[in-house]
Amino acid sequence: MKNKKIEKVENWLDERYDLSPIRNLIQHKKVPVHGHSIWYYMGGISLFLFMIQVFTGLLLLMYYIPGEDSAYESVQFIITKVDFGWLIRNLHSWSANLMVFFIFIHMFSVFFTNSFRKPRELTWVTGFFLLLLAMGFGFSGYLLPWNELAFFATKVGTDIVAVVPFIGDSLKVILRGGEDVTGATLSRFFGLHVAFLPAIFTTLLVIHLFFVQRQGMSEPEEFEKLTEDQKKYIPFFPNFVLQDALLWIIVLIVLLSLTLFFPWELGLKADALASAPIGIKPEWYFMFMFETLKLLPANIWFIEGEAVGIFAFTIAGLIWMLIPFINFSKKKDLNNKIVRWIGIFSLLYMIAFTIKGYL
Amino acid sequence: MGTNRRKFLNSLLGIGSLGALSAIVYPIISFLIPPKIAEVKINSLKVGPVADFKNNSSKIVKFGRTPVILVRTKNGDFNALEATCTHLDCIVQFKKDTQQILCACHNGIYDIHGRNVSGPPPKPLKQFVVNIIDDEIRITSQDV
Ligand code: HEM
Ligand code: FES
Repeated sequence: MKNKKIEKVENWLDERYDLSPIRNLIQHKKVPVHGHSIWYYMGGISLFLFMIQVFTGLLLLMYYIPGEDSAYESVQFIITKVDFGWLIRNLHSWSANLMVFFIFIHMFSVFFTNSFRKPRELTWVTGFFLLLLAMGFGFSGYLLPWNELAFFATKVGTDIVAVVPFIGDSLKVILRGGEDVTGATLSRFFGLHVAFLPAIFTTLLVIHLFFVQRQGMSEPEEFEKLTEDQKKYIPFFPNFVLQDALLWIIVLIVLLSLTLFFPWELGLKADALASAPIGIKPEWYFMFMFETLKLLPANIWFIEGEAVGIFAFTIAGLIWMLIPFINFSKKKDLNNKIVRWIGIFSLLYMIAFTIKGYL
Repeated sequence: MGTNRRKFLNSLLGIGSLGALSAIVYPIISFLIPPKIAEVKINSLKVGPVADFKNNSSKIVKFGRTPVILVRTKNGDFNALEATCTHLDCIVQFKKDTQQILCACHNGIYDIHGRNVSGPPPKPLKQFVVNIIDDEIRITSQDV
């Protein structure tokens, strides 16, 4: 069946590099089939969207010019003059949001299917860092068009770091490239967005995927309890891969519809001497934190309200990252219950405060 | 003897690596902190003839590096305040209907003299002195 030419190339490579690990993977990797199988696809969708980000990002780089006097103008040029420029920019913006969205879904699904437990602790930790980096991508990218909304969102977002004890002010200056948000900030964010973050993100992603490959798909408890012949599997290749591909095509269609029907606004150019407009808001995935900070009073005891809020979120983030290692109780059942309630509470909190931000 | 010697060498190696590490990290951090640009110190700023400012209006001007909001109230009084919100750095605006200063970022409200009235701002806005000399408005910093 196999094409002669392909076989020749394969043999040539095999002779030199020993392809048996890849062959093994293709022949033996299998995916369990059960009621929760749908969640196995969420990581793949996030991966697909990241590939779209890299591709559209590289295209945008051909015309984008960072700088106070050129960033906004170059994005305007992209969306009004360059053929299909509007499409590429809209794809990049929409796919960025979908990517963060699917990473969240992916994270909560591995959480509630208990896939993060031993032996997959490090897969969880690397995944958590990937989420943080994706949010970093979003935060830095948001400023790049140098429009009013992004300008003030960045002012607020970077001013918040100043509440960190002792080193807060230096951190803020490092992040902004000066005391204020200026062209220097834009240069820094540009560097972060197109070089630093992609390099780190890609490295972590490779490690994350390597862990997943080594350990295979996790099987939920009910599935493990089944007898060997009750367990159903599909081969990873070609069945699962084809289903993945089908889903990616669906996501692409959704993405294209979003870009066509809901084009991304550019808004007004940032102006350091203009009042902050009503309705400034961060991207939706920062909304729950933003809303929380808004509710805190200026001072709690003697400490600034923001400082308390940031401190609480940092602790919560640390617990979330280390949750596979933490034992809340010696009794396994009780521990599992507590962990589950932490997850339910976090999810509901984030949803409630995000919705509140848009009411 | 052998293990002692190994311990000693290991700690020497450890101290050496620590030194090397700081020799790498320190310049990087210093590089990331941008050099201070010499500030042009100004003590006062002319913003134009009184006739240019209608009652119940405001304008943001740059006082050195500091944005300052110059407000003319309904009654024709002038007031100049630092325009940077003491909460998280947004630029404030004059609310004509209530004669207050509003920061739209998190709904911080100040009164016309810059005192924080409600919302998250923890401190008042710094006030500037407004003088009218020969029909020309002049803003002066209070810290001299
Ligand atoms: C190698 C990867 C990437 C490159 C080279 C890249 C490049 C760029 C460039 C040149 C811009 C400015 C043009 C514009 O504003 O439309 C931009 C904007 C942006 N990027 Fe990326 N990007 C990459 C990955 C990502 C990822 C992974 C995310 C999100 C998770 C992201 C989110 C954004 C956002 C939200 C904007 C602002 C879009 C707008 O409002 O126009 N980027 N990116
Ligand atoms: S920045 Fe002004 S109220 Fe928050």
